[in-house]
Amino acid sequence: MRELLPAMIFVGLLLVGWEMWVRARDIPTYLLPPPSDLWQAFIDQRHALPVHIRTTLGEALLGLLCASLLGVLLAGLIASVPLIRRVLYPLLVISQNIPVLVLAPLLAVWFGFGMTPKVVIVVLIGFFPIVVNTTDGLLRADREIVELVRSMGANRWQIFRTVLVPSAIPSFFAGLQIGAAYAVIGAVIAEWMGASSGLGLFITRSQRAFRTDQIFMAVVVIALISVMLFASVRLLAHFAMPWNRDGVQVTKTT
Amino acid sequence: MTEAAVRLEGVRHVYAGDPPVVAVENISIEASKGSFVSLLGPSGCGKSTILRVLAGLIAPTAGTASIDGQSAVGCYSLAAHMPQRDLLLPWRRVEANATLGAEIAGIPRAEARSLADRLYERFGLDEFVHAWPSQLSGGMRQRLALLRTFLMPRSTLLLDEPLGALDALTRREMQEWLENVWQSDRRTVLLVTHDIEEALLLSDVVYVMSPRPGHIVARIDVNLARPRRTSDIISPGFVELKERVLEALHMRP
Repeated sequence: MRELLPAMIFVGLLLVGWEMWVRARDIPTYLLPPPSDLWQAFIDQRHALPVHIRTTLGEALLGLLCASLLGVLLAGLIASVPLIRRVLYPLLVISQNIPVLVLAPLLAVWFGFGMTPKVVIVVLIGFFPIVVNTTDGLLRADREIVELVRSMGANRWQIFRTVLVPSAIPSFFAGLQIGAAYAVIGAVIAEWMGASSGLGLFITRSQRAFRTDQIFMAVVVIALISVMLFASVRLLAHFAMPWNRDGVQVTKTT
Repeated sequence: MTEAAVRLEGVRHVYAGDPPVVAVENISIEASKGSFVSLLGPSGCGKSTILRVLAGLIAPTAGTASIDGQSAVGCYSLAAHMPQRDLLLPWRRVEANATLGAEIAGIPRAEARSLADRLYERFGLDEFVHAWPSQLSGGMRQRLALLRTFLMPRSTLLLDEPLGALDALTRREMQEWLENVWQSDRRTVLLVTHDIEEALLLSDVVYVMSPRPGHIVARIDVNLARPRRTSDIISPGFVELKERVLEALHMRP
């Protein structure tokens, strides 16, 4: 917490400066609302927001879950079947450069305005970093350890299970973190194409009503949810890799 | 002399490459059952290559290698191999690392655990059974790697500089300890080392190798009484053996 203090003081000063500047220059609130207006918008909408948050967060979580399952499955195949590796791996690395978000209108055409196109967007966003990182982790397992376990008489499945999979866990979480950082944004943008609830819908509605304060407030909420999701993944990684915790590094000597 | 547990005949190995590297040439050695045999030579003389052949990890370009009368070529799991690096699995606690080889060899986990339980104290790990490898000191990591090797149900142990990563003092201590551990279960050990005193303190037979391409320049029988102590290195018998080894090491073909 103490480490975050300078950053928090800076943010506080920034907010005060923003408030004072908007008031002093008499800037119209529909262009730039002061922070106090955002807070007021939040208080006004506090009963409407939870539904939207639940929808968007649900899409993001479901998408990340599907992305993890698919990503891990495909990474396993790529790492263990050389032919699949040679066909798919280069494509996957290149595909990371496709801006998935531009597919949103297309997905709305294909899947309609329900939850599906939003989840698909999140899956696509999360899938690539997870599969690329996990594959990398599987392929980069310590060769000498693999050889040792092989010399112990392990078959391919045993090597995969005892060496490759655990070596890939940190990489999987690295991929999941990247996915989690963009999952909420992905869901929100997908909602712009049409939705019956969600923070994306809330933003488009506010825009039509020129409620700039509500848009700003929604942006802050989205950012907070993203940060929380990111932090949850880190927490999950912390529990999934007890050997990797900072405290563990303390060396005891005999 | 009882039957040979480990036998190599005319082994030559060339690593492919440009230019190809002749690692070892015409290696013929044997180790009788239950004996402690060392391969001693300068770094890069192909000692590890010989162990890797016996572990089934590489097929020699020429010659035969067998363990207990069975060809080791292309056959893993005839011997327990301990490579130079300790290669502990960081995501397994000490107890799970110790039993790794035993489990892969098909010993049920509960049985492997109880075998390990009986050895932790002797290996100086009894207080660290639930620790992670990253919490262990260098010496403890090496002892854990050794324990893992010992727990494999194999009649022959191939140890590749098991004490190589340790400082000189810990090393001396561990040499006495290793002899002690070996004496209590008497499996055939083939040890690779570049430490003359280590080889003489531990072995029944020392094979001295030349620099690359490695070949055997001397076979020295060590008939010193056991258990040996670090202080033995200044005894006349020991010094004489050491002179013979040094002479062999400086010999040129």
